[in-house]
Formats: sequence, C-alpha cells, structure tokens
Amino acid sequence: MTRVVVITSGKGGVGKTTTSAAFASGLALRGFKTCVIDFDVGLRNLDLIMGCERRVVYDFVNVINGEAKLTQALIKDKHCENLFVLPASQTRDKDALTEEGVEAVIKELEHMGFDYVVCDSPAGIERGAVLALTFADEAIVTTNPEVSSVRDSDRILGILQSKSRRAAEGREPVKEHLLVTRYSPKRVDDGEMLSYKDVQELLRVPLIGVIPESESVLHASNQGTPAIHLKGADVADAYTDVVARFLGEERPLRYVNYEKPGLIKRLFGGK
Amino acid sequence: MSLLSLLFGEKKKTAAIAKERLQLIIAREHSSTYRGADFLPDLQRELIAVISKYVAVNPDDIKVQLEQQDNYEVLEVNIVLPEQNAATLRERTAAHLSRQP
Ligand SMILES: Nc1ncnc2c1ncn2[C@@H]1O[C@H](COP(=O)(O)OP(=O)(O)OP(=O)(O)O)[C@@H](O)[C@H]1O
Ligand SMILES: [Mg+2]
Repeated sequence: MTRVVVITSGKGGVGKTTTSAAFASGLALRGFKTCVIDFDVGLRNLDLIMGCERRVVYDFVNVINGEAKLTQALIKDKHCENLFVLPASQTRDKDALTEEGVEAVIKELEHMGFDYVVCDSPAGIERGAVLALTFADEAIVTTNPEVSSVRDSDRILGILQSKSRRAAEGREPVKEHLLVTRYSPKRVDDGEMLSYKDVQELLRVPLIGVIPESESVLHASNQGTPAIHLKGADVADAYTDVVARFLGEERPLRYVNYEKPGLIKRLFGGK
Repeated sequence: MSLLSLLFGEKKKTAAIAKERLQLIIAREHSSTYRGADFLPDLQRELIAVISKYVAVNPDDIKVQLEQQDNYEVLEVNIVLPEQNAATLRERTAAHLSRQP
C-alpha cells in the first residue's frame, strides 16, 4: 500500500521544500521506494533543492495533460537509488492541476509499487495547497515558532480536517504530525521565541520533531543536496530522527536545549 | 526597569506574550461563533424578504447577531417595526443554540 504524505504549512517560507527534500531522501535511505512531488505550480523549486534542475524535461502538468508519460517525467535522484522527483511546471496557469489529474498520477505511482509519495505543498490555502493535501494519508505540518506561522498552521489543520478525501469520505482522518522548524534554542532560552512545547500546546498535534535553525541549510541548497545528507550537521541528524519517528521508532529530541558556551569559546569566539 | 537590567541590557521576554495572543486568537477562530458567522448576511437578507411580505419594515431595522454567552451561543434577531404599527414594538427573538464553544 502506498502512503501519501503532505508537507504543508499555510504560511510561506517556513521550510516545507527543505523538509520535503530531506524527508523523502530519508525514507529512501531507509529502503523505501519514494516519490516526491512538487505541487508549487509556477514556482518550481524542489528541483533545485534536490539538485536535479538540469534534468527536468517533462513535469507534473505535462503528465496530467497527457503530454508525457509519468515514467518520462520522473527524475531519478542522484543520491538515492529508490527516490524519484516529479517536478512542478513553470506554467502560470494556476488551474493546470486538476483533482482528477492528481488522483490519476497518485494511482499510477501506487501501481508502480511506490511505498511513499511525499507532496511538497505550496504556501497559502488556495487550490494548489488544497490539492497537495487532498489525497494525504498523513500530514507533516511545518511550523516556525512564530505567531503568524502558528496561526496559519492552525488554519491548514482545519482544512485537512474538512477538505481531504479521508474527511470527505468519512474515513479515518489524516494522521497529523507537527514539525517545528528553524528553531533557535538560545532565543527560546532568552524568552524571545516560542518553545516547541508552546507550539505543540497551541496546535495540539503530536510532535514529530524539531529542526534547528542552521547555517547548513543554505550550504545544502547552494549545492542542491538535501539537508539530510550533510554529514555531522545538526539538521541532518534532526531530519534523520524525524524519519525514524515517522517509521514508529522512539528517538529523544536533539538540539532543543541551549548550552551556554564555555569561557574559552566565549573568549576565542568560533561558531 | 531595574538598574541591573539597564546595565546588562536584559532582553524583553516576548515569547510569553506571543503564546497568550495565540491562545486567544486560536480559541476564537475555533468557536463556531466565529466560523459560523459567514451565514449571517444570508440569514439577514432572507429574514428581510420574509418579514417584508407581512410588514413594511426598513431593512436597516433588522439586525442579526451571534453572541457567545458562557457555554451558549445566542442568535439574536432584533426587528424594529415601523411607527405606524401601533407603538414602537421591539420584537426580540433569542434562539439558544446548545452548541459548546
Ligand atoms: N532549519 C533551517 N535553518 C535555516 N534556514 C532554513 C531552515 N529551513 C529552511 N530554511 C530556509 O528558509 C527558506 C525557506 O525554506 P523553504 O523553501 O524550504 O520554505 P517553503 O516553506 O518551501 O517556502 P514556500 O512557501 O515559498 O514554498 C530557505 O531560504 C531555506 O534555506
Ligand atoms: Mg516550497
């Protein structure tokens, strides 16, 4: 059975694409045949983050319109054997995605034996974002510890509970996970930033992980390497833990507590 | 601000304010008073149409409001009947919806 997982948030720029790339790669590293789909029609970016932008020939909309076969549009990832990327199109026609079209593509991926389909949602609560979550079995609600992001996550949770197929057909609801990203333990410690516990208490969704604010994310996107592959980086560890928890394993949270720098570090600086 | 905090530049702890504001706004946006409010304009329009069949009322004199009172939501409909219909009558109908907030 294929599981469809949407990475969603409502608010823009919170780390959905970064998370989609890392999470899909993590599932593939664990041996699952995975496809990650960019739903951000008109603003394709997942290809850059996955480092496959120069290999895009056909896209999601071409497949839906019957201009290309799904197998022609899927791009095999350069890091993982069993990971494929389905890029968004750069068309400016927002209605290019249709519910029937998306459903047909997901059905075909199911026939092809994919274990997971990860949907990278665009920001907002419009058509693209709704279509990205329509067929979801699980949702990773990506939230920054900041007022507008938390409120928008709450909105998108409401939409998941009303507009997903599971909701419409009265089946078991979409399984929701909260992922707090761009977390800065120091600022939380200083009382300047909502803690992950605060965010969880506000949204009342089980926490699947906390991703620290990290300079490595920029290095990763510069190179077109999903952040989970950066050896020794805190974000890579944090995303690896997220994947493990998603697969049902218990992992304690890392990188959530601030440790005051020692005297030497304070005197001599360094990062 | 104490002298110490002036000297050491103590930072404002604003996260607690953020949390409190979010608690309030999320609770409000979850209540059906807020979400259900979008049917009020239609309700008002239809009420005006029905009542106008029987009494000549001024559309501005029909007010529909949804309010939260403890554990109840109160749908309040205020209709001011025109002067010529006897004394100024003020009919008030309150429907108690036993929905929990
Ligand atoms: N953990 C992190 N630490 C530091 N920077 C991050 C982190 N996660 C994401 N970013 C940065 O935040 C920006 C937005 O990230 P990303 O594109 O993943 O967000 P998005 O939610 O997909 O945005 P959009 O809504 O536009 O699709 C990028 O510049 C990315 O490098
Ligand atoms: Mg994105």
